[in-house]
Amino acid sequence: MSGVQQFLSHFFITGPFEIGGDVSIGLVSIAILFILTRYKLWGWLWREWLTSVDHKKIGIMYLLAALLMLFRGGVDALMIRTQLAIPGNSFLQAEHYDQIFTTHGTIMILFMAMPFIFAMMNIVVPLQIGARDVAFPYLNAISFWLFFFGAMLLNISFVIGGSPDAGWVNYPPLAELRFSPGPGDNFYLLSIMISGIGSVATGINFLVTILKMRAPGMTLMRMPMFSWAILATCIDIIFAFPALTIALGLEFMDRMFGAHFFTVSGGGNPMMYVNLFWMWGHPEVYIVILPAFGIFSEIVPTFARKKLFGYTAMVTSLLLIAIISYFVWLHHFFTMGAGADVNTFFAIASMFVAIPTGVKVFNWLFTMYRGRIRTTIPMLWFLAFVPNFAIGGATGVMLAAAPADYQYHNSYFLVAHFHQVLIGGVVYGMLAGMYYWWPKMFGILLEEKWAKWGYWFFNIGFYVCFMPQYPLGLMGMTRRMYTYPAGMGWTTLNQISTVGAFIMGLGFIFIVWGIVTSILHPVKDTTGDPWDARTLEWSLPSPAPHYNFARIPQIEGRDAWWAMKQKGLTKLDDSTPIVPIHMPKSSGKPFIMGVLFFVAGFGFVFNWFILAALGMVGVVILLFSRSFEYDTDYYVPVDEVKHTEALYGRS
Amino acid sequence: MKRLKSPRKLGRWLLLGAASALLLTGCSPQQFSVLNPAGPVASSELQLIILSGVLVLVVVAFVIVLLAFIVGRYREKPNNNAPYTPEWSESRSLEIIWWAIPIVIVVVLGIFTGIKTFSLTRPPEATSNPMIVQVQSLDWKWLFQYPGQKIATLNYLEIPTGQPIEFVLTSNAPMNSFWIPQLGGMEMTMPGMQMRLWLQADKTGVYEGRGANFTGTGFAHMTFNVKAVPMATFTQWVSQVQSSKPALTNAEYQTLVKPGLAGVKEYSSYPANLFMKVVMKDNGGQKPMGLNGGM
Repeated sequence: MSGVQQFLSHFFITGPFEIGGDVSIGLVSIAILFILTRYKLWGWLWREWLTSVDHKKIGIMYLLAALLMLFRGGVDALMIRTQLAIPGNSFLQAEHYDQIFTTHGTIMILFMAMPFIFAMMNIVVPLQIGARDVAFPYLNAISFWLFFFGAMLLNISFVIGGSPDAGWVNYPPLAELRFSPGPGDNFYLLSIMISGIGSVATGINFLVTILKMRAPGMTLMRMPMFSWAILATCIDIIFAFPALTIALGLEFMDRMFGAHFFTVSGGGNPMMYVNLFWMWGHPEVYIVILPAFGIFSEIVPTFARKKLFGYTAMVTSLLLIAIISYFVWLHHFFTMGAGADVNTFFAIASMFVAIPTGVKVFNWLFTMYRGRIRTTIPMLWFLAFVPNFAIGGATGVMLAAAPADYQYHNSYFLVAHFHQVLIGGVVYGMLAGMYYWWPKMFGILLEEKWAKWGYWFFNIGFYVCFMPQYPLGLMGMTRRMYTYPAGMGWTTLNQISTVGAFIMGLGFIFIVWGIVTSILHPVKDTTGDPWDARTLEWSLPSPAPHYNFARIPQIEGRDAWWAMKQKGLTKLDDSTPIVPIHMPKSSGKPFIMGVLFFVAGFGFVFNWFILAALGMVGVVILLFSRSFEYDTDYYVPVDEVKHTEALYGRS
Repeated sequence: MKRLKSPRKLGRWLLLGAASALLLTGCSPQQFSVLNPAGPVASSELQLIILSGVLVLVVVAFVIVLLAFIVGRYREKPNNNAPYTPEWSESRSLEIIWWAIPIVIVVVLGIFTGIKTFSLTRPPEATSNPMIVQVQSLDWKWLFQYPGQKIATLNYLEIPTGQPIEFVLTSNAPMNSFWIPQLGGMEMTMPGMQMRLWLQADKTGVYEGRGANFTGTGFAHMTFNVKAVPMATFTQWVSQVQSSKPALTNAEYQTLVKPGLAGVKEYSSYPANLFMKVVMKDNGGQKPMGLNGGM
């Protein structure tokens, strides 16, 4: 009996926060189940969403997940900041604090930023290049469900088994069994490996989609800049993620089967892990920032009513950043004793990234120069991005100077820097993209009042929160300290920073409230082109029909839709006859595969190898059954296409 | 909230905010340890910090001013008679300018970075007789051994001023990072490896040192004071430790290795070859790596 009790007390984490977590998870789950049953929505949920292979719906699900994870990671951030507001605070114990900053980092990078960029690329790329879906729609659904169940596996660790606590980089030896016994770290490894499979598949999927499925006439050099950015991103994903998979896979074997890849006492070497991790980790930074650059490159010409300045230079700089990103990883550990020659190489390579990035900033500025700037919500986020990213990039160049980095490394100077580029760059970019493409996703416009309140609170909160962290770093405060003594001169700056974090939290609430009110009081986007924009997705009605294009358009230049509008067209050429449209069938298998991976991952986390084996066998069976499934596609009949188009007032 | 505050205004608010934030803190300039070097290594690094800071500040200021100007002048509003050229999108000369300027900045900064990187692997001052301190990071304490003096200290360092010191670093716990901001930048302590870091104090005083790489629950408490004293005082302190303090036994070392916190201690001696044994033990008995030349 006591054995069972002991097991349960380790299995279910019982602390004030966890019980709070249990209760809220329970309540939300009951509410969801109730609503689904009460309004008979189970069938709708299954048919329209869980089994959908439509890139637009998958994109929307990514977006929802990203916003949820932004909330979870944000709550983590507020708990961190609350703990640091007072020296010697006892709000959190060290164990708790360590778990919270670990999940904060892991969630924000892998389960917030990644799905946010996947959301944007799913929703936009096929529409923008004139395709009817991605190259491999079924694989696309698998990618999403692997991401989703990976994220769930990490989140469940909060209440079951215990969260990982070795930092989001999970360096051995700290992350090895000797120093991190218990299932927490396994959650980290399994959840990222599972969602990582999905990420690589997405990279391949969109690379092929962009290279092979562009509308006739859309040469690469006529392609919209966002699609270019995703192409560069995919190249980075495909070559960077395997390094992470290897690093985590080897660490997994160390922990699970007593291997010694990274355990020094067995002749392994933790430096190997650090190198592999950052060979992924640095390109990863560009994997999340390049799509943001792409989004801004769409928003600026639209809202400056002017052609993008220096298209060729924009493409060149994108590709340069994507390539240089592979030659800078060592700058994450200049202080690990590589020789002066190695450090110098990586220092200068890191500084080189600033050149193409600077070029992009100037090209955006000169796109607005002699234009007519409309300060809509997406444009406001761009205008906030520029100074923010300029400062973040500048401190990045300072960090790249290796000998100076010896004084910044692991300090709050570094913390301030990477939050400035990741929030000021990635989050601002993704929010701008969300506001920009929202009408296309849902066919309704977003209101502006709450969006603006959210914008100002988030922005001002950002500076209040992170600017004090630069001086804190120069005062010697290091990251991941759960407490600090009074009398260091750190107290006031920390308090200001905490206030800033809560202002950002309010900003987030306003942003969400703006979305909620827009949904409750919808203003329909009847034109399909509410911003008077330039690229192909705006030629379609909002939301786009499930087959996207009734007829695949012929492209004659850059900014294809703008060019058509200049010729006086108000919709795509509809003089050619409609032919039956070839589309993929929905499938429940990707969802089930996600569930099975979750089961297997959960089994591995607790070393329940029978459960793990059952899950993996299920995955293999699914793979086989899909291989022998031939009824995977269908044709939309002409009548149905005509009927749908007529509903949108088109022919 | 109705109309956009111009970025210029935003910038003014930010400056005001930053200035008042610094005033409010009431912290003395001395507490900016990185900006108050007490030795040649930290001074040298500070030079690079200032050089890089000034270079990038010029660019940032220029970008923000340009943004403010463009947004102010080219807003879409009635009667804006600023030029409007919707098709203008290429300018060879402009693009050459903004490819060239960052290249020049990066080259300048890169040259200084390279020179400094190489110079920091050498002693800060020519010396015929460098002093060595062996450093072990443990869970969660710092053990310092003085092979020249045959003494050891725990969570406390005493060093002579004006003397280049070569710190040889390893870890008998997860990797940490050895950082005394006022004396110079950090270097990681890695199990199974020996890392090297030159530091020197020119002024007497007490400087804060700390672990800078997360190692678990006791990490935040891994701080130590570094007392820099004139050579005569240092020699006196050494002989006092040698004569009046207990020895560090193997048994006591084993208790130190166990996770936990500990106070300040001084030892008159330590087990022979302790440091190398730690390096070798964690290296599977192979030849130690990381003699300042990578892996």
